[in-house]
Amino acid sequence: MRHGPTVDHFQLANGLEVVVIPDRRAPVVTHMVYYRNGAADDPLGKSGIAHFLEHLMFKGTDRHPKGEFSEVVAGLGGQENAFTSYDYTAYYQRVAKEHLGAMMALEADRMTGLVLEGPEVLSERDVVIEERKMRTDSDPSAQLQESLLATLYVHHPYGTPVIGWGHEIETLSREDALTYYRRFYRPDNAILIVAGDVDAGEVKALAETHYGPVAPGNTEKPVRTRVREPEIRATRKISLSDAKVEQPTTQCAYIVPSHSTAPGNEAFALEVLSQILGGSQTSRLYRTLVLEQGVAVSAGSWYWNDALDMGQFGLYAVPSEEISLEALDAAAEAVLATLRDDRVDAKELERAKTRLIADMVYAQDNQTHLARIYGSTLTTGGKVEDVAGWIEKIRAVTAEDLQAVAAKYLQPGKAVVGHLLKAA
Amino acid sequence: MNAVTPALKTTRAQSIRTPSGIEIWHVEDYTVPVLSVEFAFLGGAAQDPAGKCGLANLLASLMDEGAGALVSQDFQEALEEKAIELSFDAGRDRLDGSLRTLADNAERAFELMALALQMPRFDADAIDRVRAQIISGLKRDESDPGSRARDRLNALAYPGHSYGRAADGVIAELTSITREDVVAQHAKLFARENLRIVAVGAVSPEMLARLVEQAFGPLPKAPTLVPITPITMQNGGTREIIDLDIPQSTLYLALPGIARKDPMHMSAMVLNHILGGGSFTSRLWTEVREKRGLAYSVWSALAGRAQSALYFAGTATSNERVAESLEVILHEITQIARDGATAEELDKAKRYLMGSYALRFDTSRKIANQLLELAIEELGIDYIDRRNAEVAAVTLDSMRAAGTRLFGDAKPLIVVAGRPQGL
Repeated sequence: MRHGPTVDHFQLANGLEVVVIPDRRAPVVTHMVYYRNGAADDPLGKSGIAHFLEHLMFKGTDRHPKGEFSEVVAGLGGQENAFTSYDYTAYYQRVAKEHLGAMMALEADRMTGLVLEGPEVLSERDVVIEERKMRTDSDPSAQLQESLLATLYVHHPYGTPVIGWGHEIETLSREDALTYYRRFYRPDNAILIVAGDVDAGEVKALAETHYGPVAPGNTEKPVRTRVREPEIRATRKISLSDAKVEQPTTQCAYIVPSHSTAPGNEAFALEVLSQILGGSQTSRLYRTLVLEQGVAVSAGSWYWNDALDMGQFGLYAVPSEEISLEALDAAAEAVLATLRDDRVDAKELERAKTRLIADMVYAQDNQTHLARIYGSTLTTGGKVEDVAGWIEKIRAVTAEDLQAVAAKYLQPGKAVVGHLLKAA
Repeated sequence: MNAVTPALKTTRAQSIRTPSGIEIWHVEDYTVPVLSVEFAFLGGAAQDPAGKCGLANLLASLMDEGAGALVSQDFQEALEEKAIELSFDAGRDRLDGSLRTLADNAERAFELMALALQMPRFDADAIDRVRAQIISGLKRDESDPGSRARDRLNALAYPGHSYGRAADGVIAELTSITREDVVAQHAKLFARENLRIVAVGAVSPEMLARLVEQAFGPLPKAPTLVPITPITMQNGGTREIIDLDIPQSTLYLALPGIARKDPMHMSAMVLNHILGGGSFTSRLWTEVREKRGLAYSVWSALAGRAQSALYFAGTATSNERVAESLEVILHEITQIARDGATAEELDKAKRYLMGSYALRFDTSRKIANQLLELAIEELGIDYIDRRNAEVAAVTLDSMRAAGTRLFGDAKPLIVVAGRPQGL
C-alpha cells in the first residue's frame, strides 16, 4: 500500500537529481535545492565554512549582483531561506506557481556563478559571529549541548558545531569560501525538489531550461570522506556550571546507528523505541519519573536518525525541587533497564506506531515539510522509495526488535552524561 | 497589479451555525484525510485576578490533563491511541485551542475534546505537576535575555495594568493558585459567546455542525469577563538595562502602535514592511545586518493587543556594538518618519505583500489559523478576497501619515538585557 502523493524522480544529463511532489490544493510551490555537503564536510581548521558559505550565497552573481536575489524573490511575493545541517545544505523559496521558472533561474545562476567581494565577506562573517553569540555564547544550556556532542564524538565531525567553533569562524576567508564552493556546488552534487501545484512534465521542462545548461564540473564528483568513531571504553560525564542557571537539567547521549548505517530494521526499531521511551506524556520516562516517582518535572528522549553516518539517541530530564541530577540519572537508567530486560506490551507498541505513522499522514498536509523529508533522506544515503516504504517498516517492528536494540546500544556507561548546574 | 491573486480562490470558507448558535467558519477539503480545528475563547491571561498571575496559563495547560472518568494518563492514552492532537494555550487576550485528527477519527476526537471542555478534572496531582512544569520553564527564562527584556518592557509599558504582568505567570503568585481558582476561571472563560472557531479539512458541514455542537453546545452561553481598560504605552523615552553576564545584548524598542481596526493600519503595515518587516529586504536588515554586520537578526512589527497597540523593534548585538546598533535603528526610524518611503519601495512592498498572501494558505492548519485571526478581529469571512485590494490602496501619502503618527514624536521605550557598552 502506498501512502501520500505519487512522487516523480529523475535526473538531468548534468547529474542534477530532481524530485517532484504534487500538492494541488493551493496554487503555490516550494522550490528547494539540497547540496550533498554539510558541516561534517568542513575541512580541518575551517569549521563553520559550510554554514558561512550558506550566508554568502545571498551576496550575488554577475547576472544578479548585490542582494538582487532576495529583491527578485520578494518582488514576486516569494519567501526564502536556507539552512545548513551536518550532512546537507539547502536553499528554498516558496512562491506562486507561475514564478517557479524564475526561482529556478536564480538558483541555477548561483549554483556556479557566485561572486564574492572582500568587504561583504568580512561583514557577513561578523553576522555569523553574532549568530553564534545569540545561539550559543549567551546560553549556558546551548553551551552544554555543544560540549556534550564534542565529547560524544571524539573523532567524527558530528562533534563539531554546525556553525563552527568561534576561533575558527573568525579566520574564515573569502578564499576558503570560494574553494569550498567550487568543490561542492555543482549540479551532480545537488538535488532539486519541487513540491506543490505542478506536474513532473512541467518541472522537467523548466529544469531542463534553467538547470540543464549548468556545467557538471570538470573534476571528479566530490566524495565525502568521513572518519569512523573509535570504540570508547571510558565513562564520560561532563558538567557546566553558570551563575545564570536557575533550572538545572540532565541529559545523556548515545551513539547509535542511523537509517543510513543501521543493519536490518534497527533504525525503525530505534524510532519506535524513542517514542515509547520518551516521545510523549504516556512514555516510560514521563510516566515513571514525572508521574509515579515525582523526581522530574519533565523528561523525554530523542533519536537523530537521518544522518549520513551514525546517529544519536538521547534522554533528558528536568529535576523536581530537591532532587539531585545523580539521583535523576539513576532513575532514568532504571527505566532504560526495563526496556533492555523486558518486552514492551502490545498495546504500548501499537500506540507508539499509530502516533509515528499519523505524523507521516499529517506531513502530507504540508508541502514544505514533505519536501524536507525527501531532501534529508536523499542527502543522507536514502532513496525516494524509502520514504514511501517507511510506514510499512514501522508497522513491522516487533517488541523483540525493540528489546534487541535497547540491549545492543543503550548500555549503561556507553552514554555521555551532561549536567547543567547553577554555579555556587 | 491584480487586487486578488487567483491563488486565494481555493480557500473558500463558509459560515455554518450549530443549533445553539455557534458560528463555525468551515473550509471543506478532502485532499488529505486530516481535519484541523482551531478555536479561541476571548479573554486570556489579561483576565488573571490580582495576585494570581499565571492562572490562565495553568488553566490552559490543565485542559488535556484528564476529563470525565479519564484521569490524566487515561486521557493522554486515549488521544494517542488515535493520534489525536489536542492542545490549549493561553495568550494575553484569548485562550486558544487546537485539535488535529485523522478524518477517520473525527468522532472520537470531538468526543474527547467535549469531555475536556465540559468536564475537566483538574485533579490535585495534575495541578501540582503542571504548576511545577510552568515554574521550571519560568526559571529557565530567567537566564534568557529575550524573555527578560520582553517582560521588563511590558512592565514598563503598562504599569498597573494587566498587560504589564508576565503573561505566563509569576512564580510567587503561581504557588498561591488553588484548584478553586482554576475551576472558577474555567467557568468564567469557557463559554459560547466568546468562542471563535474554524475547521479545515475532510468533514462535511452537517457532521461538523453536529460535532461542534456536541463539544461546545453545553458550555454556558456567556463568559464572565472583566473589562480590560484601553491603555496607551507608558514610559516613552525610558531606557533600562538588565544586567546579564553575556557577550551579546538583546535590545527591544517599543512605541505606541496602530490597531488592526484603525483605518491607518494597512498603511502602517506596509510602511513597517519597508522599515523592518520584510525579512531580507527591509531598511533595518540592510543597514544593521548587510552593511555593518552588527547583528544576525533585526526586525520590527506592529503588535496587537485587544486594548492597546504597540510598535516593536528588536535586535541582538555584541555588547560593544549596542550603542552603534541602536543609533542605526533610531536613525532609520527618524529618516522614514521625515522623508517617507520611495515609490519604488512601495511598489516592491506591495508586490511582496500581495504575492505572498497565498503562502499563508497552503496547509490546513495555516488556513485555519489565518481564518481564526480574521474571525477574532471581526474582519469578515470574505476578508481574504478584500485584503489585497487594501494593500493596493496604500499610497506614499497614506504611509507618510501613518509614519508621522507612529514615529513623528517618537519617544521609544528601550530595554536592553546584557552588558551593553556606551549606552
